Amino acid sequence: MLADPVRRELYRFVAAQGRDVGRNEAAEAIGVQRTLAAFHLDKLVEAGLLEADFRRLNDRTGPGSGRPAKVYRRGGPERMVSLPPRDYRTLALVLAEVVDQLDGDEQAEKAARRTGERLAAASHETGLMDVLVGRGYEPYEEEGRIRLRNCPFHVLAETHPVLVCSMNLAMCEGMLRGLGEDRIAAALDPRPGECCVAFIAKDVPE
Amino acid sequence: MHLAQLNVAHLVAPIDAPELADFVAALEPIYAVSDSAPGFVWRMMESDDPTEVITHEYGDDLLVNVSVWESREALWNFVYRSAHLEILRRRREWFARTAVPYTLMWWVPEGHTPTLGEAMERLALIRAQGPGPEAFTFKEFYEPGSSTPSPSIAGVPH
Repeated sequence: MLADPVRRELYRFVAAQGRDVGRNEAAEAIGVQRTLAAFHLDKLVEAGLLEADFRRLNDRTGPGSGRPAKVYRRGGPERMVSLPPRDYRTLALVLAEVVDQLDGDEQAEKAARRTGERLAAASHETGLMDVLVGRGYEPYEEEGRIRLRNCPFHVLAETHPVLVCSMNLAMCEGMLRGLGEDRIAAALDPRPGECCVAFIAKDVPE
Repeated sequence: MHLAQLNVAHLVAPIDAPELADFVAALEPIYAVSDSAPGFVWRMMESDDPTEVITHEYGDDLLVNVSVWESREALWNFVYRSAHLEILRRRREWFARTAVPYTLMWWVPEGHTPTLGEAMERLALIRAQGPGPEAFTFKEFYEPGSSTPSPSIAGVPH
């Protein structure tokens, strides 16, 4: 499905916007004809990777405001490809339940912090943004903060939110340490539909 | 139908003890978030002072919260997708560990204001029988009128 480079670029572009995207905008961003973009966008909808909707892209309403335009956004369900078949999700679910039963949040957070530190130290990337991109967080900047559009642990964050979000925060703190980045702090700043962690520049003493 | 919610917590020290200072300081900003959250309907209050906790006859160390929401999503987004999550992350500093259920939900007709007695009866029910249509949790959630829990996002049956 994503073997076609135009299709892959279109998927990446729409997913990265975090909002509804029209055909014209997507075509212009990728640098292809509108009809070609429309063809591939609809193929992505058929495959369930994108969702489509009809919406007016301007503020005009009533007669003369034109037909609603077809818009696209990333589809909700996640896709996993594993060859040969592996099922880490069910195992993670079982382990999360055990941590809850043992009241092992604190140990889990420590282990996550160590893991984050090792991941960042071993990464060939040296900047926080690049490491976050590489780990699938889909970072973006807003009002001086780095926010994360995607939660890489989404299903577990739904079944065990306090444990998983606390571990994710600890892992992000570990990544900062692994990068030797002491000018930035990680904090919980959750929002519906996004990752729970945000990165904020520390106050620099004058 | 609206979704009513009760949670109880056993405090590790009296509410005015220094150990609880951070928690008490967080009450006003967190209630500001809940009261302006999309889908918030009502919450039980002792007075207009947000630091004044609800008094009751179930023991001095027991902190209770009762509130009503328009939907599961509205309550979920407040509990886990707002500044409230940080309170949950730090809960071990302020609340005693417990092996029995300490939070539950149930459906109420729109306009109904649950009493604490009603909420505590549901708590006794879930502690005795586990989650069911009359008292349930996010993990084992029941839609109104349903006798079976909603399917889990993780694809593993309850």
